[in-house]
Formats: sequence, C-alpha cells, structure tokens
Amino acid sequence: METVRTQDVTVNDLPWKIEYARERCTMCGSCTAACSFQAIQPAMERRSVTISTGHQPEPSERHQARPVIRQVDSVANACTGCGMCEKICPNKAIRPVRNPDSRHALVARSGGQPLKRGGRTNLQAGRTLDKIVVGRISQMTDPALDSERHTFDIVAPFGRVLGPKELPFTAQGGELHLSDKTPPVNWIYPVIFSDMSIGALSTRAWEAIALATAYLNERCNMPVRMCSGEGGMPVKLLESEQLKYMILQIASGHFGWNRIIKAMPRMKVDPAGILIKIGQGAKPGDGGLLPAAKVAEHIQAIRGVPKADLMSPPNHQGLYSIEESVQKMHLSLNAAFKFRVPVAIKCAASATSVSVYNNLMRDPYRICGGFFIDGIQGGTGAANEVSLDHTGHPVVSKLRECYLSAVKQGRQGQIPLWAGGGVGLTGNAAADALKMICLGANGIFMGKILIQLMGCVGNENGRCNSCNTGKCPAGICTQDPRLAKRLNVDLAARNIVNYMLALDSELKKLMAPIGNSSLPVGRSDALVSTEQAIADKLAIQYVC
Amino acid sequence: MCRIGAIKSKEFFHPSKALHLMLPQQEGHDNSGFAMVMQDLAGVFSRHKDKPLLSLACSQRGAKMVEDYMETNNFTPIQEWIPRGVRGKKLDIAAMPYYIFRNYEYPEHYRDASWEEKEELLLSTRLALRILLEEAGEGFVYSFWPDVLTLKEIGDPADIATYFRLWENNGDLMAKNVVVQCRQNTNYDIVRYAAHPFFLQGYTLCANGENTFYTKNKEYQKSLHRGYIGFESDSQNFLYTMHYVLHELKWPIKYYKHVITPLPFEEISVRDDRAELTAIRQSLGHLEINGPNTIIAMLPDGNMVTCCDSKKLRPVVVGGDGTTVAIASEVCGINAILPERDQALDIYPNEREVVVIDAALEVKRWKQ
Ligand code: SF4
Ligand code: SF4
Repeated sequence: METVRTQDVTVNDLPWKIEYARERCTMCGSCTAACSFQAIQPAMERRSVTISTGHQPEPSERHQARPVIRQVDSVANACTGCGMCEKICPNKAIRPVRNPDSRHALVARSGGQPLKRGGRTNLQAGRTLDKIVVGRISQMTDPALDSERHTFDIVAPFGRVLGPKELPFTAQGGELHLSDKTPPVNWIYPVIFSDMSIGALSTRAWEAIALATAYLNERCNMPVRMCSGEGGMPVKLLESEQLKYMILQIASGHFGWNRIIKAMPRMKVDPAGILIKIGQGAKPGDGGLLPAAKVAEHIQAIRGVPKADLMSPPNHQGLYSIEESVQKMHLSLNAAFKFRVPVAIKCAASATSVSVYNNLMRDPYRICGGFFIDGIQGGTGAANEVSLDHTGHPVVSKLRECYLSAVKQGRQGQIPLWAGGGVGLTGNAAADALKMICLGANGIFMGKILIQLMGCVGNENGRCNSCNTGKCPAGICTQDPRLAKRLNVDLAARNIVNYMLALDSELKKLMAPIGNSSLPVGRSDALVSTEQAIADKLAIQYVC
Repeated sequence: MCRIGAIKSKEFFHPSKALHLMLPQQEGHDNSGFAMVMQDLAGVFSRHKDKPLLSLACSQRGAKMVEDYMETNNFTPIQEWIPRGVRGKKLDIAAMPYYIFRNYEYPEHYRDASWEEKEELLLSTRLALRILLEEAGEGFVYSFWPDVLTLKEIGDPADIATYFRLWENNGDLMAKNVVVQCRQNTNYDIVRYAAHPFFLQGYTLCANGENTFYTKNKEYQKSLHRGYIGFESDSQNFLYTMHYVLHELKWPIKYYKHVITPLPFEEISVRDDRAELTAIRQSLGHLEINGPNTIIAMLPDGNMVTCCDSKKLRPVVVGGDGTTVAIASEVCGINAILPERDQALDIYPNEREVVVIDAALEVKRWKQ
C-alpha cells in the first residue's frame, strides 16, 4: 500500500470508465489505434487461469501472462466516452461507461490551469424555445396554406435597410425611380452557417460545410450563406466565384485579414457580407482561443502566425465607444469593398444588447447592416469551463427586447436582427428558427448542429467535448491529418444538405398553418406559451 | 367573412342602391351591422361641398360636448342633417340617441390656409373629438371631411335601413360614390368603430378577409402617423398603408399593391424595375399583408380601387353599364342593381391586378 499514494488519480476518478471483456478480446489492436486520446493501451497482466486438458475433468490453476487492454489512469489521457473503441471493436469487447462518482472536476485542475472544454452547451435547465408553440392556426376564415403547393418566399435581409421616407425615390410619369445609391442588402436564406473558423474545424470539416453551402445554392435554390469564422480562408476560395456564398468574418485577432486584403484585387465576386465579431455567446467576454495543438502548418500559413496558442482578445483593442468604434470599423471595411458589401456585427447577448442595438440604429451613416446576437446555448471551440458554464445570457428575451425597442422607434427591420446560440439544440432547427423569427428575428445562425450533422459524437452531458484538444475522434475539430482523414467530406456535406432540405420543408410546414407565405418576422401573435412568466416576458399569449 | 361593395356613378344616386347591392350577398354576412361612406354628395349637402362635414353618433351629452369643443375651437356650424329614426317598430338595431351630420365653416384664421394645413386641422379635430367622446363614453365620431358622410350602426342591415328611412328616396341623401359593408367586425371587440369602411383624410377602405400580419402591421403603423389609431380591426391596416403610401410617401397608386402584396424576390429579380421593387419590399416589409383578402377603396378624388391578396383566396368582381360601376364580393349583388349590363364585360381581378375606376368611369387595370 505504501507504494501507492492515496492522492494518485485512478480510473475511478475519471468521468468515463472502460468496460472491457477480456474473454471476447482477440487483441486486434483496433481500439487502441482508434482512441485519439490514448486513453487505452495494451498491457500485460498476470492472470490466474484454470485449465483442464485430460479426458477427465482435472482442473488445475496456474498463472499466465496475458495481454489485455487497460485504461490509462491519468487526467491527460482521460477517456472522453467518445465510443470510438466500441464502434471499431469487431467483438464488442470494449465500451466506455459513464462514471457517476468521478472526481474529475477536482483532479483535472491539479495542473494549476482552468478546465477547458469544447463542443457543448452551458449548464442549462430547459430551453425557452421549447416552452413556446406556434399557436395561432388558421382554419376557417383564414385558411392555412398548402405547404406542398404554395410558393413561399423564404429569404431574409443582410444589410442596412432604409426607412421608407429615406428611400431616394423620384416619381416620373407614375413610376418611381431610385435616384441615388442605397446601402447594399443581400437577401439570403434565413439560416446562416455560423462562424466556425478554418482553424477550429479541420480543413476537411470546413470544406464539407463550404461544399454543402455551394450545393444548396447551386442545386437546391436555397441561398444559404456560410460565415468563414475568424482566421481567413484558402486563397483559392477567395478568388473563386463561390466567394459570393461566404460571409467574411473579422474578429479582434484580425487573423487572416492580411490574406483577404491581399486577395482583393483578384476577387471575381464580392463576398455576401462582412461580419465583425465583437463577442460570442458561448464564452462571452472570453475572446477566441485556438490552442497551439490545433495550429497546424496550413493554419499558420493562412493566418500568418507561428505555432502558438492563438488568442483573440475579448474586445477589439483600441476601440473606445460603440458609436465611434463601430463606425470606424464599418467605414474602413465598407470602403475596402467600395460600399458594395453589407457589414454586420455580432455580439454576445447580454444585459446591454438593447443599448448596443439602439446605438446602432441611430448610426448616421446607415452603415450597420445587421445585428447578430449570440446566446449561451451554442458554441464549440475551446472555452474555460468556468466561463462556459457560468457566464452568458440566453438569447430569446434579448432578441425580443431588441425587436420591441425597434418597434417603439418605428425602425423595425432597418438593422436586420439575427439570433443564434442553441438553435437546433434539440435537433429541430426549423421550429427554433420560426419561433425566433416570429419574435422578431430576420434570421438565425447555427453552428454546432452542423458539426453534429457531420458526425460529432459529443453531447450536452459531457460526452467527448474535446474539440479544444486537437484530438477530435471524428476528425471534425482537429488539425491532425490522421484524425481529419476519418471525416468523409462528401458524406458530411450530404448530411448537412439533407438536413437543410428537411429544414426548408419544415419551415414551410410551420408557415403554412399560420397562413404566411413570406417570413412572419415579428408575428408574435402566432406564438403562445404555456408558461406565464415566458408569455409575459416575451409579450406573447399565455395559454393553458 | 365580410361581404363588401362599392358603387360609383356619373349620376347622383340614393344609398338604397348600396343596400340592394349588399342584400343579395346576405349569405356571406351575419347581419350584425351596416356601415357606409358616401362621397361627392348631393341632396341636403349639395350647397356646402367645400366645407367639412362631421359624422357622428352620440348621446345628448355627447352632442353637447362636441358643440362646445367645436365652438371653443372656432368652428361655426353652417347646417346640419339629423335623421329622425323610425322608432316604435321592433327593429334589430342598437341605435344611439343621435346621428348628427353637420357642416362647419373653418375657423377664421384657417380660411386662407393651404389645403395641407386644413387636412391636418380636420384630422386633429376628429382625433380630439374621438378622445373626448371615448373617454366620456358618450359617442363616436367617424369622419370630419368635406363632402364625406359616414354612417355606422350595429344590427340587421335591413332594419337599420328602415330605421334611417334608407329605403325611401326623398332626395335628402344622394351621392356619386358609396362604399358599403353589412357586418360588424368579429375579429376583436364588437364596437361601432370596428365596422368597415374605415376613413382617414379622404381615404376610405373596406376589406373582406383576414390580415395575418395584423400584429406586425399594427406595431409598425403606430409609429408612422398620429392618425393611425384604433386598430379595432385588422382591416384598418389596409387603410393606413394606403394612406401612408399615397398621402405620406406620395407614391403613385400602383405601388400600393407592391407594398401590401410584394412580388416574390424571384419575380422581382427578372424585372427592369427590380432596384425600385426590391427597395420597396425591404423598406416596407412591415406593411406587407398576408392572408386571404380583398379590398375596395375610395381615394380623395373619388377614384375607386380594388385588389386582392397575392394568392387570390378572396373573390371580387367589377361590373358596369356606362353610367354606374359597381364592385362587390359576389356577382349576385351587381346583378341586383345592374341587371341590364353586359355581364361578359365583368372583371374578376386576379391576384396580381389592381383595378382603378376614375371619374369618367373608365376602368384601368394593370398587372403588378
Ligand atoms: S471511448 Fe473514446 S476515449 Fe474512451 S477509450 Fe474508447 S476511444 Fe478512447
Ligand atoms: S467528436 Fe469532435 S467535434 Fe464532437 S465533441 Fe468530440 S472533439 Fe468535439
């Protein structure tokens, strides 16, 4: 006993334990090869075996050295429950089992470092969106539409929309003519593939989303746009026609912008928009972090950085106030693209979202082309667990407050509202999107569900969630070429496309019963809640 | 579901014609009310066509309050017409004690004012009177405008007509334009204000159907103009948008349809005027109207307009005989008043069409 210290970490302290049936194992080695976390390894054990070799049973016991698979008892190699070993084992000899008595939260901080985690939501009990239903169903005087036969206009604005009296119209012979330029507005599908950078995702995963985006546009007539995430993108794409499906992101690290600026003279088309990321919902105020483990060579090239932890500060350094700073950025970005590309900003939902939105609406340059608010329920990447779990703001009521504030001023729609953070968390993104739209969003953005569609095995209960480690067993959030290879790009893209096609049908299925052929932005009368507090807060009907 | 109608004629006619237009369509309304707006008046009102005419229904106390208010604000009454209701009979009508139709002279200091200033004054006065009567619970004021008369009542339309002696043409009440509806609004509270047609600064409108974008329309319109109040019915949105597009933005009439039922983006993108149509669609998205509906409207110049929802889920028909043109939800109504017309020339506007009938009864129609 004295050689074992009681403080030693054992398998029993870790969140997942390996259940291993030695008698079924043929020692093929598949599981240890598959485990990207090196949580299991072959080992020799001295076993007592009972054998009987004669005609009569004459059992005798001896000791034998036997190879086995054993779980590594170290925090660094803790099993994540990803189940790759189980998936690959031809004999069903091994599987991870959740350990309810884990001491992981305590032992994992023993390095003096905060816990980090990716790929799952915050500690949340229940979602507001699930307590809202589409309640106004048209029937007799107000017939529901036929979702299969009617045409639906499912597009949303990205760009600054002028108030009717600001439109530069002149009337001539019963016709109106635009006599001046108006800010650029792109009408796109109300679902944006949210900003996950080419460093956070594996190149192949990023490519799969880009592929799905192009396919949806070119084959399915769905003008879906994808946001690049911070960090730039391949020059080839920047110089291709497909750039028109991309929203370029600039965040506080300005990673990748050098390349973008350099590629500008050779761009054939304009991007769909620019999204300036001020903050994100999953780890608000925490900035971005790409751990050194994921800064592979090609990432270093795209971003123009050495192999090191890449931090985007939690704010844009050198910015002083909402008005001044946002104007400055917008002006310079607009100028770069000669005012042809709409520029929007993305903030974490927060107590001050409405003030920011109000400020933007007063923007005298009419240059802010969208307000993206991001709630806590989304997120991948690498976040300190403490920020992920204990900071942030749900997005639904913030979205509603912003919309109602615009309503008060008669400016609804002028700066399109886009909301995200947990959209599709339960797998039903269409329902979430419609509810958000009825509450005042012009559209939604979603990211994590794309990862899940590509084959992520992580979940909200702490299964896998290792996107920050560079060891993603599904090849999605890693830059290790051997792991990335596990991802079948075409299959991943196909899953996304299929989901979006289903989502489109489902959106129609939801718009039809409320009798709307165009998006019901702000049609809060279509929603009801069975919870009084939610109904009151969102100014929708309470029903029971 | 409402039935609506309108008659426009080169000759003055009696409102009983409007009743004859509406009653055959009776299956489509529940006999819960009657309302009409008349414009270009003759009979008792022929001598003061340029003077604002106040239409109200009120109690005795309400009448006194209105008199006091008008006097304090320097309006002098010129003449009035108070219909004597047929009492005693068992009629289905929730009549108010008084229906007053009174012409006023503008206040002294407004006599040389521009028309724009007068328009604002008339609107302010009507809104002030409405608040006054509403707070006291003493009556309803429907319109205050030169050469426009509004009557609204709750009850059976035939009985209401009997009560107001609208079946007999004694020459008192004549007009060249009438917009009419025989039903109380049922979407929200049954109040007199809720009955169509609605009126604002020379614009009259009634609608048959539903506006599923009522909430978003209302939330937007509330901040657009001080006259956009009430919202007793989802149909008021149509009127306010018409007023906004034509009166406030001063856009040509054809753009009204582009605002309420914009073309799908796909169609817009292949048109020559796509820049304008896109700008309209995106800037006025909150005035878009969704749902099954048909509208009939009358403009300040007496022109009549009709159009439908973008899916053509509600009917409307236009028919005429050279002297009179009628618009109705159902053709049976027009058959009742214009049986001799050439039915083959009747127009059934489609989902993309706007039909305008001008003073010469010329029918203009165009595709959106
Ligand atoms: S479940 Fe995943 S992490 Fe755990 S041992 Fe198996 S492969 Fe390794
Ligand atoms: S499978 Fe990959 S993407 Fe999914 S949680 Fe694990 S590490 Fe993250």
